Amino acid sequence: MSPVLEIRDIKRDYRLPGGLFRQDKVIHAVKGVSFALEKGKTLAIVGESGCGKSTLARILTMIDAPTAGELFIEGKRVDIAKDGLSPEMRRKVQIVFQNPYGSLNPRQKVGEVLMEPLVINQTDMPASERRERAQGMLKKVGLGPEHFNRYPHMFSGGQRQRIAIARALMLNPSLLVLDEPVSALDLSVQAQVLNLLADLQDEFGLTYVFISHDLSVVRYIADEVMVMYFGEAVEHGTRDAVFSNPQHSYTKTLFAATPRASVENIKARLARKAAA
Amino acid sequence: MSILLEIENLSVEFETASGPFRAVDGVSMKVHEGEVLAIVGESGSGKSVSMLAVMGLLPWTAKVRADKMLFQGRDLLGLDASARRKLVGKDMAMIFQEPMASLNPCFTVGFQIEEVLRVHLGLDRKARRARAIELLDAVGIPDPASRLSAYPHQMSGGQCQRVMIAVAIACNPKLLIADEPTTALDVTIQKQILDLLMRLQAEHGMGLIMITHNMGVVAETADRVVVQYKGKKMEEADVLSLFENPQHPYTKALLAALPENATGDRLPTVSAAAFEEVLQ
Ligand SMILES: Nc1ncnc2c1ncn2[C@@H]1O[C@H](COP(=O)(O)OP(=O)(O)OP(=O)(O)O)[C@@H](O)[C@H]1O
Ligand SMILES: Nc1ncnc2c1ncn2[C@@H]1O[C@H](COP(=O)(O)OP(=O)(O)OP(=O)(O)O)[C@@H](O)[C@H]1O
Ligand SMILES: [Mg+2]
Ligand SMILES: [Mg+2]
Repeated sequence: MSPVLEIRDIKRDYRLPGGLFRQDKVIHAVKGVSFALEKGKTLAIVGESGCGKSTLARILTMIDAPTAGELFIEGKRVDIAKDGLSPEMRRKVQIVFQNPYGSLNPRQKVGEVLMEPLVINQTDMPASERRERAQGMLKKVGLGPEHFNRYPHMFSGGQRQRIAIARALMLNPSLLVLDEPVSALDLSVQAQVLNLLADLQDEFGLTYVFISHDLSVVRYIADEVMVMYFGEAVEHGTRDAVFSNPQHSYTKTLFAATPRASVENIKARLARKAAA
Repeated sequence: MSILLEIENLSVEFETASGPFRAVDGVSMKVHEGEVLAIVGESGSGKSVSMLAVMGLLPWTAKVRADKMLFQGRDLLGLDASARRKLVGKDMAMIFQEPMASLNPCFTVGFQIEEVLRVHLGLDRKARRARAIELLDAVGIPDPASRLSAYPHQMSGGQCQRVMIAVAIACNPKLLIADEPTTALDVTIQKQILDLLMRLQAEHGMGLIMITHNMGVVAETADRVVVQYKGKKMEEADVLSLFENPQHPYTKALLAALPENATGDRLPTVSAAAFEEVLQ
């Protein structure tokens, strides 16, 4: 089976202007990353803050062009800098941004946000069905009909994050890149959203690239795990291989630094504090 | 230890298209000097709104009522605009939940940090710049001097979050409200940030309110925990009792929903039906 998504030696540099007396500073945000991902699989990307995950996500979803390297979607070479992007491609590949607030139009009610893609892509659908589908999607992410006519600023952080996920799913994408999609959700709502993603994957064979700092979430959702460090992929393997036998020292540090919600852990900390 | 913040019977109501909506419903809490209070609870349960009410940062559509809302004995509800400006950002500071949306996109990172130092501490240019570099370094931004001239969109999500933290702690506040302060950070940097906050708390006797859904963070930092659900305070306990012996069904469900406690291939969700009746 040919992969849904493949990248070869992708690089992305940013230039920070230096000012009058200083030279421009070049940041090598992504330094040659390659991988291939098959249909219906989930690749989780973890790594230190600032290591280039969101930069890579924007390249995978064709929002931003790489400085060098090749991107293939369903076997076809994509070069947005040269050829632009077809509406079909734009629909098939969706992103949930790390910053949901910034990606929502403040003047658009949430119901409209969700119905908009249907208006554009399925012009023959009656308005009543569009509304029904949008409300159904709101329900799936744990929001209600009373939220339909509210503006984005009237929501909590976690609610906005769910609206961003709902919007991406409305388009029936085949590849979905999710950048920290559940970071603002409490455990119960998080479980609901992760279960929804898993169901959609089972039913429609969706492929996910899932960026997350939360290792317990990664462990639950990923088939494969890629660890990035300063712009490079330093480790990539099946979930079980990476979790049971991490190779790179950063991966090991990552596992060791995870705070544990256990009674023993709390007792140890309180004892340290009392002794200090 | 003396009481920093005292809230009694706080309610917040919003006017919405479908009538008034009560986001916070009769919440009371106290925070002492040098104490870490964690607030946990379902998404949408009023955690951010109640703290924005304390800071006086809610939009005009919000109706805030409380029997008491005192900071170091001063009434926050009766505060006029200029007194509030002097307090907020200096003695009482907040790390906002959505860092990329909370920084001003039009100003450099350096300007946004230096501005609070200018307004509240009156530092001169050179001292401001030195302190800004020191703060960025403390929150783990590599090559801080060169990052002062970067705009928020040139920073990663976690870097923006750390800039927000730098702004909030710039004036060594007496009370810091941290709303999900480490959501955009990997666990190694999260640890560095938590250590930094705990150090400020221990050294300056800072009071810290930590809103988080990460029970690991609660376990690592909190003295006491408040559990909120649908605008109401459900439970309050010291951290050990809460984990050892959760009282409220929602708290029990929350602890059971930890992904590390997952059995099989589906995550347990907190079923509202299981405890909705208890709330009546
Ligand atoms: N537009 C830009 N101009 C200059 N530098 C940038 C720009 N966007 C990102 N960077 C830099 O590139 C690096 C990678 O950023 P990126 O947003 O990809 O990180 P990330 O892995 O997503 O981090 P986080 O986990 O904190 O969100 C960072 O050092 C960041 O400061
Ligand atoms: N301006 C507003 N108008 C109407 N309702 C609002 C407004 N702001 C917030 N709300 C509602 O108030 C409730 C509480 O919101 P709040 O932001 O305090 O939740 P939270 O506990 O911080 O949740 P999260 O963990 O998702 O951040 C939510 O149901 C939200 O939809
Ligand atoms: Mg990012
Ligand atoms: Mg909130």
